[in-house]
Amino acid sequence: MSVLAQIAQEGLEASDQQNISAASGAGMAYGLASIGPGIGIGYLVGQAVQAMARQPESAGQVQTTMFLGIAFTEALALIGFVVFILLKFV
Amino acid sequence: MNLLGAVKFPPIENVIEWPAWLFEDSTYFAFNKIAFIHFLGLVIPAVIFLLGARGDGLVPRGFRTVSEGIVNFVDDQIAKPGIGHGREPYIPLLVSFFLFIFIGNITEVIPFFQMPANARMAGPLVLALIAWGMFISVGVRHNGLGYFKEVLFPPGVPKALYILVTPIELLSTFIVRPFSHAVRLFANMLAGHILLITFGVLCISVWSASALILIQLGTFPGLVAFTAFEVGVSLIQAFVFTILAAVYIGGALHPAH
Repeated sequence: MSVLAQIAQEGLEASDQQNISAASGAGMAYGLASIGPGIGIGYLVGQAVQAMARQPESAGQVQTTMFLGIAFTEALALIGFVVFILLKFV
Repeated sequence: MNLLGAVKFPPIENVIEWPAWLFEDSTYFAFNKIAFIHFLGLVIPAVIFLLGARGDGLVPRGFRTVSEGIVNFVDDQIAKPGIGHGREPYIPLLVSFFLFIFIGNITEVIPFFQMPANARMAGPLVLALIAWGMFISVGVRHNGLGYFKEVLFPPGVPKALYILVTPIELLSTFIVRPFSHAVRLFANMLAGHILLITFGVLCISVWSASALILIQLGTFPGLVAFTAFEVGVSLIQAFVFTILAAVYIGGALHPAH
């Protein structure tokens, strides 16, 4: 008998149910929160590399602006991470 | 199955909360590892700059080279793109931010510390509130109370759109900004800390299980690689926090653009 079937047979306690929903909610929160910033940072860095390749003398300025843009984009993923911590551990 | 069963991740309180070393009874003055790292972040830059200030400075050498290099870096890479002209009064604040945050971050990978001080919310929050108070006072000092009008009712926007624009600007500039500024640093350092702990725990578990040395070959290089990655992250996060503070101050100093 598999572990899952055994658990299903014995039944779950209320605290188990709570842990399961907290863990799956936390995983879902961070997973969803990382989609948008992933696309955003990829696009941003791609465009920055293109700008640097087209105009190498402006590489320094593009790099600074790129880090700034990454910081703004990444904030959403990090808030998702904080929500993950809050759901899972608090 | 058996192997994964042996992996025991420590509870989150055990990896970010540290016992007090001094003044254990006091709630506010208890001195633990985090406070010690903050103290180092205060003392190390002070020593570097005080030693660098000796001599006439015609030929920089020793500590003077280091301190001039740091100030030059902050001026060229952070203050110039962030603030622009009129940046000189704010360079000391930015240098202090940069060094304090960098020392608080780099202890993540230094043996015997192995805890980024900025993975506790209090440090980044205080720094972000300092930056917040700074850019508002700079805006008011240089533009008068018209600064708030300039920010809340940006010129060149059709009048009907103010219904939409003003609440968004109020929320994003004055309320959410210190929070997102602090969370950016805090969550990055906490995530890095948990990442390193995960790989460390995995290494120890696999080692003590003494089976499947092949996985050990995978986890230990992973731990080393992520440690190197975290060195870069701590530098970049110090840079990003400081340049955001510079951009906020620059936006308050020259609200027209």
